[in-house]
Amino acid sequence: MSRLAARFAELKAQKTKTGKQKTALIPYVMTSDPSPEITLPLMHAMVEAGANIIELGAPFSDPMADGPVIQAAAERSLEHNTSLHDVFSVVAEFRKTDDKTPIVMMGYLNPIEVMGYESFAQQASACGIDGVITVDMPPVEAGDYVPALKSHEVDPIFLLAPTSTEARIERLADVASGFVYYVSLKGVTGAATLDVSSVEQKVAQIKQHIDLPIGVGFGISDAESAAKVAGCSDAVVVGSVIVKKMTLNDGKTEPERSIIIKEISDILSAMRSAMDEEQ
Amino acid sequence: MTQLIDKSVKQKPESVDYSAMPDDYGHFGVYGGVFASETLMQALDELRDAYEKIKTDEEFQKQFDEDLAQYVGRPSPLYFAERLTQKVGGAKIYLKREDLNHTGAHKINNTIGQGLLAKMMGKKRIIAETGAGQHGVASATVAARFGMECVVYMGAEDIVRQAPNVYRMKLLGATVVAVESGSKTLKDALNEAMRDWVTNVDDTFYIIGTVAGPHPYPAMVRDFQTIIGREAKAQMQEQCGCLPDALVACIGGGSNAIGLFHPFLEDESVAMYGVEGGGLGVDSGKHAAPLCAGSPGVLHGNRTYLMEDENGQIIETHSVSAGLDYPGVGPEHSWLKDIGRVNYVAATDDEALHAFHTLTRVEGIIPALESSHAVAYGMKLAATMKSEERIIINLSGRGDKDINTIAKIEGIEL
Repeated sequence: MSRLAARFAELKAQKTKTGKQKTALIPYVMTSDPSPEITLPLMHAMVEAGANIIELGAPFSDPMADGPVIQAAAERSLEHNTSLHDVFSVVAEFRKTDDKTPIVMMGYLNPIEVMGYESFAQQASACGIDGVITVDMPPVEAGDYVPALKSHEVDPIFLLAPTSTEARIERLADVASGFVYYVSLKGVTGAATLDVSSVEQKVAQIKQHIDLPIGVGFGISDAESAAKVAGCSDAVVVGSVIVKKMTLNDGKTEPERSIIIKEISDILSAMRSAMDEEQ
Repeated sequence: MTQLIDKSVKQKPESVDYSAMPDDYGHFGVYGGVFASETLMQALDELRDAYEKIKTDEEFQKQFDEDLAQYVGRPSPLYFAERLTQKVGGAKIYLKREDLNHTGAHKINNTIGQGLLAKMMGKKRIIAETGAGQHGVASATVAARFGMECVVYMGAEDIVRQAPNVYRMKLLGATVVAVESGSKTLKDALNEAMRDWVTNVDDTFYIIGTVAGPHPYPAMVRDFQTIIGREAKAQMQEQCGCLPDALVACIGGGSNAIGLFHPFLEDESVAMYGVEGGGLGVDSGKHAAPLCAGSPGVLHGNRTYLMEDENGQIIETHSVSAGLDYPGVGPEHSWLKDIGRVNYVAATDDEALHAFHTLTRVEGIIPALESSHAVAYGMKLAATMKSEERIIINLSGRGDKDINTIAKIEGIEL
């Protein structure tokens, strides 16, 4: 069983205080943001604070689907010339002491395209990446991409949006694995607040067609919204609210990194307890 | 596992059906496609359906033709540049005078088309990206005419380079948003416009200004621009009773070039040259010539030749002309390069500036800096050809917008 499947099965077996199954907490951070040295200790700290899966960003110079917060994170990361090889390295390091927590890489297609799908899939799998979200790779173009990932047991994870039609949801059922990422807002990452009841409806609609866990992201900014979304999904993805903490300092020294790591851990711990309490 | 792109092997088709491109999903060979996030897919599907409908809709086409005639002032002349021909000494040089269109460039052909489509789809708000400002002006113009709100995204650096066009857009009632991210030029403006579109997709129509972006943009913009080539073909027939021997057009995204080239693709005797922004020279690395010196990749919703580094990051481009300062190119051009139908070359900043002055002095026509690249290469090419041969240079825009840039380069204070 893949790490992602195992993790979701494990959460399903655990119960929250109100007797419901537990929801995964998935923080998103950009590799080498704000410094290359922070990523590894931050990943371990996030697991410690209650993260069940880690979404690790690979930077791209032209992140069209992201708002200003994630865009700035990519720019900071690229100041260190971060490449896919750096993402692979940090995951390989992480795996030396944590072989359970699934890692999902999130990025844009061009770096993968230039590396070649086969080579990318092979290296991603070898370092311990479990799933890949490629924002600008829709199922219709994924004829070579999906088999390359699947042949190396890496899950191709796709996005769905409030505007996704029934037909597009059905189409996704044929190619997606791991989980499905429901983008709960129209717009870019870090945009306004979300309407929980419409998320609930859409998740129910998706579940009719796709037998995979559904993660919900975009617009989850605090413990309260995390708990609400947890009530109607299998995973809660938080990005912008923690990536904002990367601007506290440039993460060059150990004390600087500790400040950022502590702030992010606090946010995640609060979300974790709210999610486990309220469901 | 076969990869989509084998950089060493090019397609060498025996015969090509140019009219069959793109396929239903927007592919020109391996190029083009719909590489967009799920958040945009519904909007792109809706646009594709609307575009498919108008392609054969007589009423729409009639309205489009009428607007091109009465509002834009088409047909634009095909002008025999006799003095330039004499000066160069070689093939007869004809200029397709897109600079004489309303708003001063070919861009209006496309914005009229997309503006009519926006109206038909019931959209209330138009957004656009712009580099040199010509597309922004053309979009703001159409928005004013149709009574729609208009927001134009423009790189902060381009806003400085093209101040007169920024003011024109404001006069036309558009809001110009300065884009401060990345290289602060055209590609960043496009990113920002896409973000706006994703957020306001219900009431907003995004008018892309060139033959790039996700399907259906490359095909749709091409179809609106082929009026250039269709006219040129008929005009050459009327004036000389023959086809031209060569066509020359500048390439940023490539909309004026595809507009001129497309109606001639099946005429094998017609050679074609797309001229990219050579900046300080293609060997210097400081240029905007992805077809000459780039490699295939995926950006802004399509697979095409790009200026990119070994890690797949987009690198900054350089061109004296804001309209050519773009790291990608329309996917149909990438395909036409690989099959060898069109020659892609570059003219440097200096060559373009020289051509700018030559045309201005010899013919009394001030060309846009973008078009000056085509003029530069066209003069070079004509000199190698026989006097009975004919070339058409697409004079895609007029140079009034560039006089501040030229004066600055030459140390003149206006």
